[in-house]
Amino acid sequence: MYAKADQIFVHLLSWLVSFLPAGWQHVAGVLICVVVIIAVYPTLFALAVLLERKGLGRMQNRYGPNRVGPFGILQPVADGIKSLTKEDIVPERADKVVHFLAPVMLVVAVFMGFAVLPMGRNMVLVDLDASLLFFFAMGATTELSVFMAGWSSRNKYSLLGAMRAVAQMISYEVPLLLSSIVVVMMSGTLSLTKIAAIQNQYTWGIAHWNVLTPWGLAGFLIFVIASMAETNRSPFDLPEGESELVAGYFTEYSGFKFALFFLGEYVGMFGISGLGVTLFLGGWSAPFAFLDWIPSWIWFFGKVMVWICFFIWVRGTLPRIRQDQLMNFAWKFVLPLTLLNMVDVALWRFMGEGVLRWVVCSAILLVAYVGAGLTGMRQKKFGPRSYRYAE
Amino acid sequence: MLGEGILRGLAETARNFAGSYVSKERLTTVQYPEERAAAIEATRVFPFLVYDGLEWEAGLRCVACQICEKECPPKCIYIEKSKDKKPDYVGKMQIYPARFDIDVSVCMSCQICVEVCPFEAIKMDTEFELSTDDRFGGLLHDRKALAKSNEYYHKIHPTEATEVDARLAEEKAKAEAKAKAAADAAAAKAAAAASAPAKPADKDAPAETAPKPAGGGE
Repeated sequence: MYAKADQIFVHLLSWLVSFLPAGWQHVAGVLICVVVIIAVYPTLFALAVLLERKGLGRMQNRYGPNRVGPFGILQPVADGIKSLTKEDIVPERADKVVHFLAPVMLVVAVFMGFAVLPMGRNMVLVDLDASLLFFFAMGATTELSVFMAGWSSRNKYSLLGAMRAVAQMISYEVPLLLSSIVVVMMSGTLSLTKIAAIQNQYTWGIAHWNVLTPWGLAGFLIFVIASMAETNRSPFDLPEGESELVAGYFTEYSGFKFALFFLGEYVGMFGISGLGVTLFLGGWSAPFAFLDWIPSWIWFFGKVMVWICFFIWVRGTLPRIRQDQLMNFAWKFVLPLTLLNMVDVALWRFMGEGVLRWVVCSAILLVAYVGAGLTGMRQKKFGPRSYRYAE
Repeated sequence: MLGEGILRGLAETARNFAGSYVSKERLTTVQYPEERAAAIEATRVFPFLVYDGLEWEAGLRCVACQICEKECPPKCIYIEKSKDKKPDYVGKMQIYPARFDIDVSVCMSCQICVEVCPFEAIKMDTEFELSTDDRFGGLLHDRKALAKSNEYYHKIHPTEATEVDARLAEEKAKAEAKAKAAADAAAAKAAAAASAPAKPADKDAPAETAPKPAGGGE
């Protein structure tokens, strides 16, 4: 019974395409999957926007949107209609072609990533051998579209936002990649389906999730930080920086193009959290063996939504950091720890089974973290600010 | 330890998040069109004209002295004096505004008109829902729209209105006492004049009222 629920979408798809002649079945199957992906993630986007607005409101002791529909649940619909009916303004001296292409490219790039993401058991559109590499290649394309938007708008705020975005995304791409590398080092594969499948094993009823190992936990934390920076989420939302840059690189966008940027940002968030879930949180697998009867796709989307909620929680908590703090944090703190984590995972790999490798690997990472923190605090890189002149 | 502050911050927001579902005191938002916050006494939005009694036109305290019109920084007041006169609150004959317009879109709620008015005739209202779909006529309030009773004034600014009433009553009493004294004096004088056919008093009185010699240039 539960096997049927688990594979319901797979069976549904093969049943649907079985009406077609054999030569068309594969193409039709892929097309249906694409349509489903393009339908599901914008729906989740609407849900996430509502969650974010309601959740942030509650964190600030407000109600959040509560006027459109019962409890404001139709707010995303109202927002969508609003942005569809708004005037599309293109600056007179903008580079019209590039200005038009930028949001389109962003959305295309973020949706491409889902092609290789396993969203459940046997639920992956294209099972590439190097799907992790493909995902990061697509992720890097978003930087190009961001810069296209900033450059073509011919606006100083847009350009400043784009400059910031590119500097930030490239800086955090490095720890993002290197923190994923540790999983590849342990799994011995670049295929996301295989990485997810490897984590779907149980010892004493507990899953072999990568996050449950010392190197996995460190990699996971670094991945979370880097993914926040990569998707321009608070506290790394400098490229948008409402208080200083109007709206950053999409200042000159209005109407549906603005909505596309908004969509791209959120779908990019889903993509990167889906990747993080696959790499560290076991993908579609259940945390405990006795929970295995819940369908795998529920686990995957549930984990992604929890990740998004965490993003919202962090956004409600932390203020935006400064550009130099952002860069210092990336290059002087996150990157060295990521490199150390790679050494650590190599040690873990070759120390063999046993308690010793747990102790050694945990100790190395803990000492490095505490040491880096203490040195940073002493050098006033982190911790409370002290001002020389102003009080 | 590094990251401790972030965890403490996350705990704080989580407490707010959960608390907002549990305790109603945390949510200070007033759901405006359905419910309203109690008006604060010192609220000031837009001026109105005070009138005494029941008839707004007869009771207007304004005497069209035009001080507010001259003092108004954004020049949003327009006054036209009347040709005839009507009695004011002490019973003295005064001119009144034939037209008194204030433009809502220009007024900046500075309250200077209220400060300068010597007749306690213009005060600040607490009414703030002044938006309209008629951007020409709807934003220009004439004297009928501006006239509001003294009772209304008492309702929105009780302390201030009581002070004003006391001051006006005092003034009125003073004016009455003065009038009475004048009447008494006149009566006494008349009596004195009647009793004693004295000359200087009789002579002085007409001299004062007599027209001045031409060429005064005044």
